[in-house]
Amino acid sequence: MPDLGLDVLFKGKNMIRLLGGLWVAVKISLISVAISIPLGILLGIIMTSKNPLIKAVTRVYLEFIRIMPQLVLLFIVFFGTTSALGVNISGELASVIVFTAWGTAEMGDLVRGALISIPKHQYESAAALTLTPAQTYLYVIIPQTVRRLIPLSINLITRMIKTTSLILMIGVVEVLKVAQQIIEANRMSSPNAAFGVYLTVLFMYFIICWPISMLAKRLEKKWG
Amino acid sequence: MKKIKKMKLITAIALTLTAALGLASCGGSGQSEPKGNEVYVDDTAAEGVYRTIDEIKESGEINIGVFSDKHPFGYVDENSEYQGYDVYFAKRIGEDLGVKVNFVSTEAANRIEYLKTGKVDIVLANFTVTPERAEEVDFALPYMNVSLGVVSPESAPVTSLDEWNADDEMIVISGTTAETYLTQNYPDIKLQKYDTYANAKSALENGSAAAWANDNTEVIAYSLSTTGYTVGIPTLGSKDTIAPAVSKGNESVLGWLNDEIAALGSEKFFHADYEATLADTYGLDYEEELVIEGGVPAE
Repeated sequence: MPDLGLDVLFKGKNMIRLLGGLWVAVKISLISVAISIPLGILLGIIMTSKNPLIKAVTRVYLEFIRIMPQLVLLFIVFFGTTSALGVNISGELASVIVFTAWGTAEMGDLVRGALISIPKHQYESAAALTLTPAQTYLYVIIPQTVRRLIPLSINLITRMIKTTSLILMIGVVEVLKVAQQIIEANRMSSPNAAFGVYLTVLFMYFIICWPISMLAKRLEKKWG
Repeated sequence: MKKIKKMKLITAIALTLTAALGLASCGGSGQSEPKGNEVYVDDTAAEGVYRTIDEIKESGEINIGVFSDKHPFGYVDENSEYQGYDVYFAKRIGEDLGVKVNFVSTEAANRIEYLKTGKVDIVLANFTVTPERAEEVDFALPYMNVSLGVVSPESAPVTSLDEWNADDEMIVISGTTAETYLTQNYPDIKLQKYDTYANAKSALENGSAAAWANDNTEVIAYSLSTTGYTVGIPTLGSKDTIAPAVSKGNESVLGWLNDEIAALGSEKFFHADYEATLADTYGLDYEEELVIEGGVPAE
C-alpha cells in the first residue's frame, strides 16, 4: 500500500482540528440555509408578481448574485463593508451574509418556478370537485409545490456546503484551510501527506452531503 | 381567475410560514462566539482605517496577519499553535507592546486588502518588498533576504549561468519569479516548465534537466532533504527583502516597528529566531544569507 501520509492526521490534535474545521463549514451553511429558505420563499412569491418594477428589481438581484462569483461577493462584503461603511464584520458573519444572499436568490427562483409550474387546471379541477380553497392548496397545490422544490433545494444545500471552501480567503479557518495547514506543517516530514489529507477531507464532505441527498430521495419518494 | 391567483398567493404564504416556523429553532444558534482567528476591531480610529500604537496598547490586543500554511515561516502546528519565523517575531511584538496577539490567517492574495481596511494592524506574512506593493502599503525595515537559487546534482554542479551549455535545460515552475527572471535575463537558456513542485522535483531527480531554479529558500530546503544535490548558486538576480507591512500612512505603528527592529539588532534577535524556527529546514549554513539583523541588509 502506498504511503498516503495518513499518520499526520493522528499527530497531536490534527483530527480534532479537521473536524472543528468541518463544523465551521457546516455551521455557516446551515445558518445560511435556515435564513435563506423563508426569505427565498418570500422572494419567490414576490417574483410571481405582474408588476414590471418588482419583476425588474428581483430579476436584477437574482442575476447579480448568480453571475458574481461567490469569492467576489465574499471580498465585497468582508472588505467592502469596512472600506465603504467603516463597519468591521467578522469573516464568519460576512460568509453568512453572502451565502444567505446567494441562497435567497436561488431559492426564490426555485419557488417561483415551482409556483408557476402548477398548471391552472389543477386549481380548476379542484374547484370542480367542490374542494374549498383551503382544501385545494392543502391537498393539491402544496404537495406538488413541495415535491418539485425538495430535490432542487437539497441540491442547493449541498452546493452551499461545498462552496464554503472559499471562505478561507476571508480568514475563516474551515476544513480545507485546516487541511492545508496540516499538509504544509508536515511538508518536510511527510511529503506525501497531501493526498491522504485531501482524501480525508473529501470523505468528510461526502459524509456530510450524502445523508442530505438520501433524505431528499426519501422525501421525494414519500411525497411522490 | 382572480380567485386562482389568490390561492397561489395563499399557498406560497403558507409555505413560507411552515418553513420559517420549522427552522426558527435551528436558527437560534446564529451568531458564533469569537475565536482566535477572528478580528474584532470596533474602536477603529476616526480619521483613518488604521489604529495607532496608543490605540493598540489601550485595547490590549494587536491583530497580526500571518500565513497559517507556509512552513516554516508561518504555520499552525498539530496543537493548533501558530509557529514559524514570522510568528516568532509577531509574538515578540506582542510581548514588547504588552498586548495579546490575535493571529489572523491571511493568503498571499488578500494581504494588502487586510491592511487597506485596517482589519489587521501589521502583516507579517513573508511579505516581499516590491515597488508596486509599496504604493499600497507601508513597509517597515526588512528582517529577511530572499532571492533565487539554483540547485543541481552534486556530480555536475551548476555554479554560474554565464557559460551555459546550449544543450542543457533548466527546470522552473510556471508563474514563479524564477521563470520571469530567466526569460528576461538569460533568454538563451532553454527552460523546462512544470506546474507543480512535485513534478519539477521528479524531473530533476530523473535527470531530464541540468538544474532547477526557484526561490532560494525552496532550493536550499530541497538540497538539504535530498542527498546528492547541491545549491550551486544560492543567490541569483536581484536581492529582495521581506519586511513587516502596515496600512499606508500609519506612521505611528511604522515608526514603532522600525525602532523595534533596530533595537532587536543589538540582541541578535533574528538570528535567534532563525535558529529557533528555520534551522531545522535550512541548516545553519545559510543563516547569514537569509537573516537581516537590525533592519540593515548586508552590502
